Amino acid sequence: MRSAVVEWARELYEDLDFSAVHRWLNDNPGSKAAGYLPVYVPREILHACGFLPVGIHGGGDRLEIIRGDAFYQSYICHLPRSIIELAQSGRLDMLSAVLFPSTCDVIRNLSGIWKLLYPDVYVRYIDVPQVSDPETATTFYEAELRHVMRDLGEVSGHVPDDAELFQSIAVYNEMRTVVRELYATRRERPWDLPTEELYLLLRACEVVPVDEFIVQARRYLAAVDSDRRRPRDNSRVVVAGAFCEQPPLGLIKSIERAGCYVVDDDFVLGTRFLTADVSLAGDPVHALADAFVQTELRTSVLYEGDSLRKRRVMKERAEAAGAEGVIFAAPSFCDPALLDQPMLRKGAEAAGLPCIAFKYSENTGQFQQFREQAGTFADSLKLWNAGAE
Amino acid sequence: MAQKEILKDRSMILQKEMIARHFERLEQAPANHEPVVYTFVPGNLTELIRSFGALPVLPEINALQSGMRKLSGDYIAEAERAGHSEDVCAYVKCDIGMVKSGNIGPSGTKLPKPDLLLLSYTGCYTFMKWFELLREEYDCPAVFFHVPYQGDGKLEPEHREYMIRQLREQVIPALEKATGRAYDEEKLRENLRLSALAEDDLVAVLQSGKLKPSPIDGYFGTVYYVGPIFSAFRGTEEGVEYYRALREEVYARAAAGLGPIVPDGSLDDQRYRLVVEGPPSWTHFRDFWKMFTDEKAVVVASTYTKVGGTYDFGFRHNPDDPLGTLADYCSGCYTNLNLPSRIEMISRYIREYEADGFVINSIKSCNSFSAGQLMILREVEKRTGVPGAFIESDLVDPRYFSQANIKNRLESYFQMIESRRQGSGTGATVASDPLTSAAVA
Repeated sequence: MRSAVVEWARELYEDLDFSAVHRWLNDNPGSKAAGYLPVYVPREILHACGFLPVGIHGGGDRLEIIRGDAFYQSYICHLPRSIIELAQSGRLDMLSAVLFPSTCDVIRNLSGIWKLLYPDVYVRYIDVPQVSDPETATTFYEAELRHVMRDLGEVSGHVPDDAELFQSIAVYNEMRTVVRELYATRRERPWDLPTEELYLLLRACEVVPVDEFIVQARRYLAAVDSDRRRPRDNSRVVVAGAFCEQPPLGLIKSIERAGCYVVDDDFVLGTRFLTADVSLAGDPVHALADAFVQTELRTSVLYEGDSLRKRRVMKERAEAAGAEGVIFAAPSFCDPALLDQPMLRKGAEAAGLPCIAFKYSENTGQFQQFREQAGTFADSLKLWNAGAE
Repeated sequence: MAQKEILKDRSMILQKEMIARHFERLEQAPANHEPVVYTFVPGNLTELIRSFGALPVLPEINALQSGMRKLSGDYIAEAERAGHSEDVCAYVKCDIGMVKSGNIGPSGTKLPKPDLLLLSYTGCYTFMKWFELLREEYDCPAVFFHVPYQGDGKLEPEHREYMIRQLREQVIPALEKATGRAYDEEKLRENLRLSALAEDDLVAVLQSGKLKPSPIDGYFGTVYYVGPIFSAFRGTEEGVEYYRALREEVYARAAAGLGPIVPDGSLDDQRYRLVVEGPPSWTHFRDFWKMFTDEKAVVVASTYTKVGGTYDFGFRHNPDDPLGTLADYCSGCYTNLNLPSRIEMISRYIREYEADGFVINSIKSCNSFSAGQLMILREVEKRTGVPGAFIESDLVDPRYFSQANIKNRLESYFQMIESRRQGSGTGATVASDPLTSAAVA
């Protein structure tokens, strides 16, 4: 059972032709698919408008970049050139709309490129509130979401009413619940739930209907419970910084095989951006905006108004996950991750958490150096803890 | 051998004096109990800050001046030793390095600690993290002013309301608390009135680039011209006087048929008229400029000189709508415009200023500008039919200025324009295929 679900997810992850999306479109005549970039968009709105939400994460290490390099200089991260490659090769032609959330200047400017390259596709840059006052923030974001929903309704031909949007919110609340269960299980028994498998499931969630993901994730959790494995003497680590451009699967495997249990991470962060369920009462758009503003998540793509909280972020994450150290794994040229890293690392080290840092690209092909670095780190954590006892 | 005398405009001397006085006043600010507010150039709220009697400090200006004075390399090294990545904005690292090295400003005077960090989040993601980092260094209050991006190419009414609300409910109370003074709307209106006067004169200067010969250099020379209005002097009598004097100076040059003062004198014989996109390389500013003037190339308009406001498209600060006009101003700053708007602006400059070509100086550590510039190159060529050049350097990191490489590229580019001119006389055209041009660049 476990392997069947993992292979289902792996096939989706490896399929750069988005066959699952095409199948869904064929099975649902008249329906449309809409793409979104990292880190977070409220997929409930896409779902309620009748779209299949499709996460666009680039081609990883499985895509040769030919056209994409003509759009981006070497000192810009790998993700946008990979996404352009997917688009220019026709692999994203099935998308009727693409949403670009406020993640960084690169994704922001990519929204403009998309407008120019694909004038028939609905393109929207979704700004997010960055102010400390919750009421001002919610009012702003609510207006943004209403604007997007109105536009998307025109594209899909269906503007949802409140009841329909609440139905979508309820489904995504269930998705959040099951993702929380996956993370909790890994935190408690990382030997039973490898991050490689968790990651593949999260990636599958980006391209299949949400209810299909929920069914598969529940099957997987059941399989994990019935397929207990033996704990190893690994070190428990938080992997921070990989919230936008995703690391190649080989990098995640390398960290695990080097003797680390990843007990918290930022991978495919959009699935966990809202830390609590969205309210099913009142106005649904307001509820979505409020859930965003009230999220407990601390991420580099948002302003942290509380300097003390900033210093505590890694300590809190490590404590919650029972982690012994932090691996800062950031994509090369990633402004949010790399600008944040000195502050986060300072806070972590002040709390006595050992840290290492490295950079990757989604198409990194050599993992030996990461494996050696992570292995040495895992060993040092053991020695550190042995010395502390 | 006697050193060649460097010619300077009167306005440059005037500006130097203004800036020196400002930095001296900043140094004395703690002793004189004058509050200090750090903020950024794009979306700066100088009129509002000044209305509270506070003095603005602009970290990008300090960084670029450190670059021009050859200090930035050491500051960046200092920041990288402290854990900052080589991949991120060199302005940030220069500033952090300067703080860690004693916070001696570019003019040699000590910079005061901020009483408030006013984070005007306009068109650049890095700003957000920059002030989080400075807050760590100074342990001082910060207030966030979120300026929504013009993703659809216009300021949406709800975004304007959002900004006004933030000004009223967040920014003004934070300034009141930091300065101990109450908000004085009449004072703000007066400052805005002064801003508009200076803006009129600045626009007259900018638009003189349409003349032939151009009496200004719309990039290298104009980064000096915009200095006061992009920094501490918008909304001040000093600013008004400076721009009045500058306009008179430029008009006098135009009347005499003279070009701008450039590193080697007056550039009256102008062979190429160019538009430039992107910031300059400050560490090699003079060398970079000379690569243009050696070829008798004058820049007639540029986008970088609009990061602190796009006045030449009609915007003026409006004292009758003090908070609304600040929102309008912030939203319209160049880097807050989406890519199609930037392309339209460059294309318009090329047409209206009758440019022979355009040069994109792509900055390694500035995603706000650089991400998408190859698309800009292609689209502007397609729309205008003029060839573009693409060169690469950095803001203040001297490691990324390759003099020979940039010079070679520019020389090839000027040859291409030249052969295109000769070709056009016989009806032939030089291919302006984007990829060909990019390769030439």
